[in-house]
Amino acid sequence: MMQKLLDFYRSLQEKGLTAEQERLIGLELEQAARPGGLDHQSRQDFRRPKSLYAYSDLTMLEEPLRPAVLSLSPTHSLDELLDRDRQREEDGFPRKIRIGKLIKQGRNGDDKVVVVPTTVEEKLYHDQVRAREDGEDGEGEGGGEGGAGEGEEGEVIGEQPVREETGGQGGAGQGGGEGHEIESDAYEMGRILTEQFQLPNLRDKGKKRSLTRYTYDLTDKNRGFGQILDKKATLRRILQTNIGLGRVQASVPIDPYNLLISPDDRVYRILSKEKDFESQAVVFFVRDYSGSMSGKPTELVVAQHVLIYSWLIYQYQNQVKTRFILHDTDAREVDDFHTYYNLRVAGGTQVAAAYKLVNNIVETENLERDYNIYIFHGTDGDDWDTTGKETLPQLEKMLTYANRVGITIAENGYGISGSSEVEKYVRGSGLLESMRHLLRLDVMSKDSEEGRLIEGIRKLTS
Amino acid sequence: MELISQHAKRIMEGCKERARDAGLHFQNESLEYIVTNRDMLELSPKVMIPTLYDYWVQDVEVLKESGRYELYPSNPYETVINTRPAISFYNDNNPDWLNVMIFYHVIGHIDFFQNNLFFRHTWDYDFASRALSDKRLIAKLRSEKGRWLDYVIEFSRAIDNLVGYFTLLSPYAREDEGRKLSRLDFFFDTFLQNEKKVSTVEYIKELEKYNALIRKHPEEGEFLFIEDVKSRYSEFESRYQKKKSGEKSTERLDIFQFLMEHSEFLNREENQWMLTVMEVVRSTSMYFQPQIRTKILNEGWASYWHETLFLQDDRIRGHEVDFAIVNAKVTSMPRVGLNPYALGMRLFSYLEDKANKGRISMDFMMLKDKESRQKFDTNIEKGRDFIFSVRENFADSMFVNTFIDQDFVDLHKLFVAGKRLNKERMAWQYYVKSRKARDYKEMVLESLYHPPSIQMQVLADNTLQLNHVFEGKPLVQDYIKGALLGIEYLWGGQVYLDTSEVVPPGPLSQLEGPDEGHAQPEIAWQRVRYRMQDRKLSRKTLE
Repeated sequence: MMQKLLDFYRSLQEKGLTAEQERLIGLELEQAARPGGLDHQSRQDFRRPKSLYAYSDLTMLEEPLRPAVLSLSPTHSLDELLDRDRQREEDGFPRKIRIGKLIKQGRNGDDKVVVVPTTVEEKLYHDQVRAREDGEDGEGEGGGEGGAGEGEEGEVIGEQPVREETGGQGGAGQGGGEGHEIESDAYEMGRILTEQFQLPNLRDKGKKRSLTRYTYDLTDKNRGFGQILDKKATLRRILQTNIGLGRVQASVPIDPYNLLISPDDRVYRILSKEKDFESQAVVFFVRDYSGSMSGKPTELVVAQHVLIYSWLIYQYQNQVKTRFILHDTDAREVDDFHTYYNLRVAGGTQVAAAYKLVNNIVETENLERDYNIYIFHGTDGDDWDTTGKETLPQLEKMLTYANRVGITIAENGYGISGSSEVEKYVRGSGLLESMRHLLRLDVMSKDSEEGRLIEGIRKLTS
Repeated sequence: MELISQHAKRIMEGCKERARDAGLHFQNESLEYIVTNRDMLELSPKVMIPTLYDYWVQDVEVLKESGRYELYPSNPYETVINTRPAISFYNDNNPDWLNVMIFYHVIGHIDFFQNNLFFRHTWDYDFASRALSDKRLIAKLRSEKGRWLDYVIEFSRAIDNLVGYFTLLSPYAREDEGRKLSRLDFFFDTFLQNEKKVSTVEYIKELEKYNALIRKHPEEGEFLFIEDVKSRYSEFESRYQKKKSGEKSTERLDIFQFLMEHSEFLNREENQWMLTVMEVVRSTSMYFQPQIRTKILNEGWASYWHETLFLQDDRIRGHEVDFAIVNAKVTSMPRVGLNPYALGMRLFSYLEDKANKGRISMDFMMLKDKESRQKFDTNIEKGRDFIFSVRENFADSMFVNTFIDQDFVDLHKLFVAGKRLNKERMAWQYYVKSRKARDYKEMVLESLYHPPSIQMQVLADNTLQLNHVFEGKPLVQDYIKGALLGIEYLWGGQVYLDTSEVVPPGPLSQLEGPDEGHAQPEIAWQRVRYRMQDRKLSRKTLE
């Protein structure tokens, strides 16, 4: 594997690289070269220690009796809270409710997302001193934690995987089950996104394909013969006929025995063939999982993909299929969201591989005929194919069948903002203008918050 | 919520008797309630006070980013709340022996609430009933003002960690008038010299008059003299009272009082109601201040007593093993982390033992020889008395700072755990960083609650300037905007916040891998000014 990377690197060198590109590639290579670098990480459970004030009598003394998650909200529904939040904006104050903690439960195919309305009470608090801008690097925080037991000074006593917190526990119910979650499925989430955050509804773009199904139903009406007599409609026709013949008059009571019935007056329902228009969509979620993505960029991309997924499910009334593609220098398809969310390697980056895989899947499975195809790609913008020579043709091919290709670049902070490889060549290609209705690009910094993510979705989908 | 059964209540009363015999001191009445999950859901955001005012934030989960949570514990909720009578909460189906243990723990808390001097200001009234009237007040205002009431609550809560708790507490610490101005001093120091501008001869005449009276009537001399002064100078008493009240107003105002007094916006006729709301938020916050500052002591004290008293209790023989399991869970030191129950309890036991052996003394402190230190024992058995005085007079910071020493750290094999990133394994590794008492103490102190100190000042253009007193820590940057937004609203004009921040490292240092034998980077501080105007925040570096 390492050899392959190095070979590829050399072939790139022959084609000529700038110093900046060399440096970025070098960084990733270095990560990959470390022992264990290319393996998928496994986890060991070493929980982050609780803070001093997280202990309370109720959890300590009577612990096992309380469930961690209580799925009801005391007095306000989520909608009410969000209404209040929108009102804030009108009053000139920033929004405060965040739809946080999206938890994908279960590994296979169940779409459970837990929506937790959260907020922060902002006050002036002391922070810990961070020498580095990024708290994830360096010596860890502050003066350390307390500890007790055996061990020499300097001895390692346990470890905790770096990305554990993003692994799906979400920290809900911390401090002994006081969390107020509102469980809802992805569909509900999508509804909230669409309605409350004013995400656009999908427009018919003309190019949209519809799968035509036929259903048979007793819907058509026929006069004279048929399968079931429609009594009400028949009676109406009889009356019309008789009014026309002057046998029914306004002031005189009607005697039904005297009404004339023409054979044509009988209205029947007959079985007929109905066309059933129904949109279906397939969404490709493509994510860069190379070394440079670790940490914040991955979190952002994955969080955004969850939101997009929910939104599409709502738009297509659950008729959405999802495919998950991960790529470094190679691309692979993974089965479920869980894996998609959690897998991480420390390899290089080659976007073309992923696009090629998507194109292949669409071609071999003939998806284009029956589905609306959406492709969302999340990356930090690094690409060893610096000019997009291989990527752009694949992208163009993609645009021939896709309803929307959305590229999210979450900058990793290594390079200069606004000048990542992917951004440069996509902009350079002119596709953003010529294919504006199909291709969207959104660039955000790694410090972006949820509001920015939703804003990004609006950009990618409108 | 319903009260516990008569059976359980009888057990509680038995516990109280035994606790009193052991020397604990508390009011006789207490209320015990059974709580269900449903109750908990409503109670916990209200920090277990059933009568606390309503506020929408109680309906959503307040985000506690795990790393920073420790710095601002906003919900120090307990099984017991410090009301009169004290109220405590229980699960429905606790077995008797467990209830006995919890009752003792609860009694420990009640004793602590009612005797620790940091709770002094909560002794004179019942918070639950006060909260109830506040709640009704807020509900009434909400029906009139609608969502604007919630904004005022929100903005008040944005500063409720900055209340002047110690200023409130300090008068209680003085038993008598203290250093307040007496009439006599006022007469001689101010009245005669500054106001009457008497000559030296006349001054000495007055002095002699006073001395003569004192000689004649050692007891009432001063009183007689002052009465005489009052008859001669009719304006004396009013001058004195004026001076005295003038003195009071120089007391330090906290940010609430400052805003309430000086904000033109708040003092407009139509905005007067906001002052009421702010006062409710302020007094509620005051009530919780001592609890956050005595977490280790309070839990340690309760744990010490539940263990001591449970093991002596004759009613629950046969449940020692059950007890041991629960007790071990509560009071064991975690491998990594800080358990206030365990730390506090160990410290109390350690101090009791030390005091029993007479080691809290000059003689012991002066002793350098290790062996004689180990053998030192005067058998004075003053341990209990000593820990009772600690429970009365200390707060967490003092407790930790005064009593954690190397002997204690060694005895319980404590250490400071460091955390570093291992890039190869993509994992945080915890390691033993230090076993020195000084480091351990510093680490505990570091993790204690400590709100920033903010000074207020009004500039010429009616800008409110907030000055964050630098104590080696920056403010949480993300929250500055939200907090200042609220202060700007309440102030009704532009607000500055001056604070200190770490100078960001240059771009080069970021590229260097942090794991390659790095030296601790030197931290450089700079003073910055945040400016909040028309709900927009800007930031600039001050020279």
